[in-house]
Amino acid sequence: MSLLTIFRRRDSAPVARERLQVLLAHERAVVGGSDLISVLQEEILAVIARHVHVERDNVQIKLDRGDPISTLEIDVEVPSMLRGAVFGRG
Amino acid sequence: MAQVVVVTSGKGGVGKTTSTAALGAALAQGGENVVVVDFDVGLRNLDLVMGAERRVVFDLINVVQGDAKLPQALIRDKRLENLSLLPASQTRDKEALTPEGVERVIGELREKFDWIICDSPAGIERGATMAMRHADAAVVVTNAEVSSVRDSDRIIGLLDSKTERAERGQKMPKHLLLTRYDAARASRGEMLKTEDVLEILSIPLLGIIPESQEVLRASNLGAPITLSNPASPAARAYAEAAKRLKGEQIQVTIPVAQRTGFIGKLFGRRAVA
Repeated sequence: MSLLTIFRRRDSAPVARERLQVLLAHERAVVGGSDLISVLQEEILAVIARHVHVERDNVQIKLDRGDPISTLEIDVEVPSMLRGAVFGRG
Repeated sequence: MAQVVVVTSGKGGVGKTTSTAALGAALAQGGENVVVVDFDVGLRNLDLVMGAERRVVFDLINVVQGDAKLPQALIRDKRLENLSLLPASQTRDKEALTPEGVERVIGELREKFDWIICDSPAGIERGATMAMRHADAAVVVTNAEVSSVRDSDRIIGLLDSKTERAERGQKMPKHLLLTRYDAARASRGEMLKTEDVLEILSIPLLGIIPESQEVLRASNLGAPITLSNPASPAARAYAEAAKRLKGEQIQVTIPVAQRTGFIGKLFGRRAVA
């Protein structure tokens, strides 16, 4: 065992603590019904669905719950509109 | 052809989730296309051990109930592109796992992957029986300790009666994975001997995983041990067990107690930080 591995080993508990703190903060919000990310995700999809018919297969959602920043990435394939219906020409 | 493997034990805390992550990663490191599936609905932890806990959007229950498509729920590992995770739901209960839904999901997974490794919850209730239901083979995780061996025997009975294979009259291949093996305690006669466990359960040995601080470190970091420290004895044991699961014939080495001097004891005893 080298000195380096001894020092490196000490790092893992703080990493575990930080991962748990972030995770539990989000999980408590989800259980308590106050999870902003879930609300945003549902409402954004609902707004899109109001305007265009979106196949569920064509939606990819990526999430990274972090502290202080979470990222929510919603990738929707919107069917291309007919020429006459393009905004600004109707 | 795809292989569905259930990692099960009956007893909790013996190392099912750690073993699922390590065997899944080891198979993927060997070039196989692998998915690890968490069946512990309500108390998921495989996502945490795999380091994907921040990225869960949809889960097994969402797919079972048709609220999400399978590709939307699969989380691809950031280190190995041929390793994926299907997380369990944290907010639902196990009753949401319907037999028809689980059968459909396993069928879809069979089309996408070479290996489907199902992490069973502890106990013998619905979650555990659903996890083993469609298995082609089982890894029975056992510690060399009386209550674990007894529970494993119970699980072996269920594997031979409550699975699809059993109901078709086919044999269920079962493999014993002896985990948290403490060579020093075994040599002092404080633990059941490997031969004793094998004789009592009479299923073939897949591997012996030594008790190791590296396992705890791996969960702290959120990486399967075969990725976080591939050179460690526990990771090597898992890598060999994965090869045996693929059918390779490799002799099992029984870990031997290392004689530790004063310095070794000093470091060996230090609690993992």
